[in-house]
Amino acid sequence: MGQIKLEQVTKSFGPVEVIPPLDLTIGDGEFTVFVGPSGCGKSTLLRLIAGLEDITSGTIRIDGQDATNVPPAKRGLAMVFQSYALYPHMSVRKNIAFPMRMAGIPEDEQNRRIEAAATALNLTDYLERRPGQLSGGQRQRVAIGRAIVREPAAFLFDEPLSNLDAALRVGMRLEISELHKRLATTMIYVTHDQVEAMTMADKIVVLQAGVIEQVGSPLELYRAPRNVFVAGFIGSPKMNLLSGPEAEKHGVHTIGIRPEHTAISTESGTWEGTVGVAEHLGSDTFLHVQCPQFAEPLTVRASGEFPVQYGDRIFLTPDPAHLHRFDAAGLRIA
Amino acid sequence: MARTVTTNRKIINTAAAWAVGLLIFFPILWTILTSFKTEAVAVADPPVFLAFDWTLDNYRTVLERSNYARFLMNSIIIAGGATLLGLLIAIPAAWSMAFVPSRKTKDILLWMLSTKMLPAVGVLYPIYLIFIRLGLLDTRTGLIIVLMLMNLPIIVWMLYTYFKEIPGEILEAARMDGASLKDEILYVLTPMAIPGIASTMLLNFILAWNEAFWTLNLTAAKAAPLTAFIASYSSPEGLFFAKLSAASTMAIAPILILGWFSQKQLVSGLTFGAVK
Repeated sequence: MGQIKLEQVTKSFGPVEVIPPLDLTIGDGEFTVFVGPSGCGKSTLLRLIAGLEDITSGTIRIDGQDATNVPPAKRGLAMVFQSYALYPHMSVRKNIAFPMRMAGIPEDEQNRRIEAAATALNLTDYLERRPGQLSGGQRQRVAIGRAIVREPAAFLFDEPLSNLDAALRVGMRLEISELHKRLATTMIYVTHDQVEAMTMADKIVVLQAGVIEQVGSPLELYRAPRNVFVAGFIGSPKMNLLSGPEAEKHGVHTIGIRPEHTAISTESGTWEGTVGVAEHLGSDTFLHVQCPQFAEPLTVRASGEFPVQYGDRIFLTPDPAHLHRFDAAGLRIA
Repeated sequence: MARTVTTNRKIINTAAAWAVGLLIFFPILWTILTSFKTEAVAVADPPVFLAFDWTLDNYRTVLERSNYARFLMNSIIIAGGATLLGLLIAIPAAWSMAFVPSRKTKDILLWMLSTKMLPAVGVLYPIYLIFIRLGLLDTRTGLIIVLMLMNLPIIVWMLYTYFKEIPGEILEAARMDGASLKDEILYVLTPMAIPGIASTMLLNFILAWNEAFWTLNLTAAKAAPLTAFIASYSSPEGLFFAKLSAASTMAIAPILILGWFSQKQLVSGLTFGAVK
């Protein structure tokens, strides 16, 4: 069990309100990702759920029970920190055993769970080492192991992969996703990386300045961003957002078209422009095209082998079926 | 490219380090040597370095004239007491400053340190009067309190710096792992802070041991520690360098030995935070 419900939750630091009244329900067994630019309040929100920060007003319910004033130790949640936060003076085994020791679990049961977690996380050979003798990826696995053995109602992850290098990050992303499939426990995962959000989440919560901009599955957010902010934040590379005369032709304030929804031709098309920088990824090429009617260059996706040079003239045609329309307030027009 | 250190350079560096070390150690060495000379040799001109008749007479005289054991006991009780009492007060203070700081924490720290800039003699008169009023003059309790207060800013600063190095996230992790405040302090904070507490304790023990201004001014006979023992040999009737040296050697020997065996701990304590 692990349903978490926030009702009219607010948080202020002195006179600064970082989280205005907010409602959110995280379903049992769901993998929910809080994503947003830095300073959007996503980590604060996670810490409120953890109990590491007190909420200013509102109610937090865990499995229907009011947990608002319950200390973090008693909420039955486990947390994995960005800095791993392992106990440096304890061996890996003792680190993993610590929450069970605190809970007064008998020693043979502790050992059984440690062995199981160590096997699942490839840590069997490292149990007697200190955290200082491990690599970043191993440390993060120890932190995850320490969280698993408690059999918590929910896991909270606070940017757990930010300190890892790119290759390791992709590997750990998969490991955490697999862990979620296997345990089917509620997980809340905070990240500023929308790729992590898209690849891991059942449900994404997009935050900006403490306000939830949109909640939905990764594909819902990709297909129908509720507003300009979400449209620009979800998807890589970013959606092209265009306003001015071209948007007015469609009778709206802003139109949005994703790089992958634009047809490219060297002969004819809706918009004419000049090729700037081309980013070759092998499978795809992203072209930055400067069209005279737009202030910003457009990003478009071409096939990996697309034959084009810096300074070439090129024609772009947006796919009308994938054109996003937004009003003056930035909200989506269906 | 890493900077290459040539062998020549290494030799020069080593020689320079030894030279500085010897320069600093020389006065202590000279004191120890002098303590084995006769009074006549001690003031000989030109000075005699090693080629003299070594004698233990000075030590014998000093031990006959004064009760070394009593001074030593006073020193141990006063320095130890001041250090332990200081830690007892400073640990909670440093903890709260490091982990639940308020907006005034930085100011308080600076203000505490600023009290160290005041010359001690500036408060001698009021403290002397307070001591008379409270009957603390020439008592070990009085000295423990004064030396503790004198060193408290340093103890708090050192511990604060040390606690600051402990990442708050580790304490939060303990809280998430179900640890109560007691468990958090007992199983996570204290083991991590022990090297810092030990270095602080050691340094302050040495500072309290060597403190002379207050011990000389606030004691007479009963509570006098080893600093007063040394001072009693620099008398206005004439200097007895050899005996003074013997007394000095006996006074600094315990702390020198303590320092020697704990130098690793001391150095790490004085340089913590400098290297990650």
